[in-house]
Amino acid sequence: MPDKPRLTREQIAQRAAQELPDGAYVNLGWGIPNLIADHLPKNVEVYFHSENGILGMGRRAKPGEEDYDLVDAMKVPVTLMPGASFFHQADAHLMTRGGHLDVAVLGGFQVSEKGDLANWKVPGAKGSGGIGGAMDIAAGAKKLIVCMEHTTKEGAPKIVRQCTYPLTGLACVDTIVTDLAVIDVKPEGLMLREVAPGWSIEELQKLTGAPLMSLGRAPEMKFL
Amino acid sequence: MRHKIHSSLDSAVADIRDGARIMFGGFGGAGFPNNLIQALSLKGTKEITAISNNCGTRDGELGLLFKNRQIAHVIASFPGPHSTYFQEQFVEKKVTLELVPQGILCERMRAAAAGLQGFYTTVGVGTEIATGKEERVIEGKRCILEMPIHADYALIKAEKADELGNLTYRLAARNFNPIMAMAATTTIVEVDEIVPVGSIKPEHVVTPAIFVHRIVQAKGVRYAG
Repeated sequence: MPDKPRLTREQIAQRAAQELPDGAYVNLGWGIPNLIADHLPKNVEVYFHSENGILGMGRRAKPGEEDYDLVDAMKVPVTLMPGASFFHQADAHLMTRGGHLDVAVLGGFQVSEKGDLANWKVPGAKGSGGIGGAMDIAAGAKKLIVCMEHTTKEGAPKIVRQCTYPLTGLACVDTIVTDLAVIDVKPEGLMLREVAPGWSIEELQKLTGAPLMSLGRAPEMKFL
Repeated sequence: MRHKIHSSLDSAVADIRDGARIMFGGFGGAGFPNNLIQALSLKGTKEITAISNNCGTRDGELGLLFKNRQIAHVIASFPGPHSTYFQEQFVEKKVTLELVPQGILCERMRAAAAGLQGFYTTVGVGTEIATGKEERVIEGKRCILEMPIHADYALIKAEKADELGNLTYRLAARNFNPIMAMAATTTIVEVDEIVPVGSIKPEHVVTPAIFVHRIVQAKGVRYAG
């Protein structure tokens, strides 16, 4: 079973991009979420927020175009869309925490069946770890999507009954997009919405650390 | 007119004593007061409490002050994997760290600026940063109490200052700088350019002059002590 093909990181980003409604204000976190900007469906225009004080952030700067006063949250030089604005960091997080962003997409180490998220520190890792904007974003986005691989490199489930990694936020995740499935976090538990091509619900359940519900057959994930 | 302009970086930081609490602006390589940091490095102030988003990039930004072992305690949101000197000293327990969510770091500084004695937030509830903090339920939501962060000095970077200290910032180099300017007792700004009073339109001022105490022109200064 582990040898069956799973989605690539690009495909996870592509599927998550379909969750963004036209006109949404969106924050993308580190890792897979950062790839989403390259996969927006046609006819969907969204406005990207960066926690260092940019709304209307455009694509990454091309060689020769870089201005190091204009970087994203990963320190990468970016460009602006027409109509962009700058503001200080407190207002940038007022937007994340205060419920002004329509969608935020973060990476994850673990998500629990209640939607708790752990994504900032690996237990036992050397060094300080760092929170950055993750806790503010988790607490305040209207909709929080987590993109991650379904299991660790060792094959352990990353979707669990209870997180064992240091928490970022409680009951904050709405939707999980992995290399095997799309899952919604509902008050009654985890609802399997779609599975990756070629995978069955039973196979998926074996790789998931919490019970999955589904409305009959979960359809295969589609890529527009 | 108050005279806020300093002719040298050294004179702008000359009174910063050992044990000072200092905010440092900047994020992602943009908006760091790198010339003031170099002047502080040369002055050799020790036992600093540094309040900043991160802890430098190797020798860059705050990295220089960690390299010189001038910082004893840090309040930061994302020290960063490339904050080599900080990470070494953190593991050796030579420097202590209070980790704060980024937006809460901003608001705790803003509380200090605004004369507010703290606030309740849902951010961090149930996580390790809630340890030891008062918790209560407000509007049906679990919240923790966060306290203001004060500082003796803010070292910040702006693009332009007029002679009164009104500031503008370039692109996303604004980040933490305006917040720190408001929060510290004494704000020291390095700028690319000092312009005559009246040449920044009032509606374009980002940091009003009341928050700025010392101004030093630093662009083109290749700091050598």
